Amino acid sequence: MSIELVLFLILSLVAIGSALGMLLSRNAIYAALFLVLNFATVAVFYILLNAPFIAMSQISVYAGAIMVLFLFVIMLLGTQSLPRTGVLPWQRPLAVLLAVVLAAEAGYVLFVRRVATAQIPQPVATFGSPQAVGRALFNQYLLPFEITSVLLLVAMLGAIILTKSRKREN
Amino acid sequence: MVPVTYYVALSAILFTLGALGVLVRRNPLVIFMSIELMLNAGNLAMVAFTRTYVVLEGQIFVFFVMTVAAAEVAVGLALIVTIFRSRHSIDIDLMNSLKG
Repeated sequence: MSIELVLFLILSLVAIGSALGMLLSRNAIYAALFLVLNFATVAVFYILLNAPFIAMSQISVYAGAIMVLFLFVIMLLGTQSLPRTGVLPWQRPLAVLLAVVLAAEAGYVLFVRRVATAQIPQPVATFGSPQAVGRALFNQYLLPFEITSVLLLVAMLGAIILTKSRKREN
Repeated sequence: MVPVTYYVALSAILFTLGALGVLVRRNPLVIFMSIELMLNAGNLAMVAFTRTYVVLEGQIFVFFVMTVAAAEVAVGLALIVTIFRSRHSIDIDLMNSLKG
């Protein structure tokens, strides 16, 4: 067993454990913190997969910006834990059943109908480096990159307009 | 490198847990977090295949997915804040009318 495989197994245990923790914790703040841990482990996976730029974006965008926004909204609304309302009693068993079916389908496709994987080629040293990603982004994918800036602007405007208080209009 | 099947299996497990979270949890914020978990699982599979086939396009695509996720979170959380303001509750079971 190589060191990389041991590292992979430990990290995947942490990732699955933190996802389960997010799923099971009653307090939304604990759920958010578990999700931060999950995002951090996924970032380490990205580094193992020769994607350092994506790993750093993962840390700064997901763990940094998105989860801080989540924590901010949870604390702003004061909805750490909601009172239990059992409107649909059969929902939870059905959800677990559907999740088991989904996992079984994924396992079937992965392990029963597995396609023969060819020998994984060794990439050049600069593969996935921030320089290579930046070159691709600003040459070949310049138009989609600019469109994402418009998308972010629209999202920002939408968030401001949605949360703006209406008192001044009346 | 660890075989790509392992990464895709991990990604499938994380995706299933995210889908389970969307179905089981009552708090819309946690449901939203589960959606983020599913997006992340998809990203992980994509980066794993990018490494396997040594094409950079997968990483570019993951970058765009992250941007779209950020925009989605901004708008979604604004919607949740607005719903909380008008109904003073964000329990997903109580959101059963379209008119605020």
